[in-house]
Amino acid sequence: MTGKVQRVGQVIAIAGVATLLGLLVWKVAFDNEQGAADKLAKGELVHAPAFSLDRLDRDGTLSLADLRGKPLVVNFWASWCGPCKDEAPVLQQTYERYRKQGLVVLGVDVKDFREDARRFMRRYGITYPVVYDGKGSTIGRWGIQGYPETFFVDRTGKLVGERIAGAVDIERNREAFERGVALALGDQS
Amino acid sequence: MTRALALCALVAALLTGTAMAAPSPADLEAQLVCPVCGTTLDQSDAPVAQRMKQIVRERLAAGASEAQIKAELVDQFGPGVLAEPPKSGFDLLAWLVPLGVLVAGAVGVGLIAWGWSRRRGDGGADDAPAALDAELERRVDAELRRFEP
Repeated sequence: MTGKVQRVGQVIAIAGVATLLGLLVWKVAFDNEQGAADKLAKGELVHAPAFSLDRLDRDGTLSLADLRGKPLVVNFWASWCGPCKDEAPVLQQTYERYRKQGLVVLGVDVKDFREDARRFMRRYGITYPVVYDGKGSTIGRWGIQGYPETFFVDRTGKLVGERIAGAVDIERNREAFERGVALALGDQS
Repeated sequence: MTRALALCALVAALLTGTAMAAPSPADLEAQLVCPVCGTTLDQSDAPVAQRMKQIVRERLAAGASEAQIKAELVDQFGPGVLAEPPKSGFDLLAWLVPLGVLVAGAVGVGLIAWGWSRRRGDGGADDAPAALDAELERRVDAELRRFEP
């Protein structure tokens, strides 16, 4: 009886260790999904990860599929983020300048208070569509590492240009921003 | 007697008051997680954490309960904003599984200890010296007698 209990205990202990080891191997081998930003940086062809979120600029929801066929500037921001304040006027001007060509600037407000975000939009006169992602459900698939970050999507839904980390209106990023807008619009020059 | 009753009433009133007292901002900050940096609010200086602390203070000052404040923050940021998972629904597993593992471990250790103690008891009987047969005993006595003066 004693030997039997001991053997059962040993089997349980070995099974426990094997399970933990299996989980570790699985985590290392399979749980390394890259965000769109990483794939874009490697030059891979990446489609903009889909999402459907509540709007902040009006009632209802907005999904990326609703904007299919339109060039997009997708900007991830939050009201508590300092550089987001710096770039807000530039994004609004870009929206107004290229709107007739079909360009849509789409703001994704991440990990923020709804009311703070709405106050921010009023303060900076933002009229382009903004969706709310308080839980940060888009972060992993898009590969967001900080705020703000900006992506460009062409009419076929592919990410083009480069991901802009930081405000778009600083010297380091200005050229990349203009090139991204041009690529989204389909201007290959 | 009257004094004793008054004292009891005073203690009861104090205890009730303590139990119903509103939580302090520090209490709540230790129970809420900054959604950007992943640490509790009292450990974080991230801008969003500072804003959350401000909201917590404002809501407490407005008379909101701990549960209300937590519910409002979960509505904004999701359940990940709570340092401890809720004790209901699927999240209850987060509480029950470690408890189950602890109980199973205690039972396992108890069984192993019981097994060892039983073996030691059996082993004690096995280790008792076997009785010498008569011929061997006679020889040992003869040898011992040679050393006697």
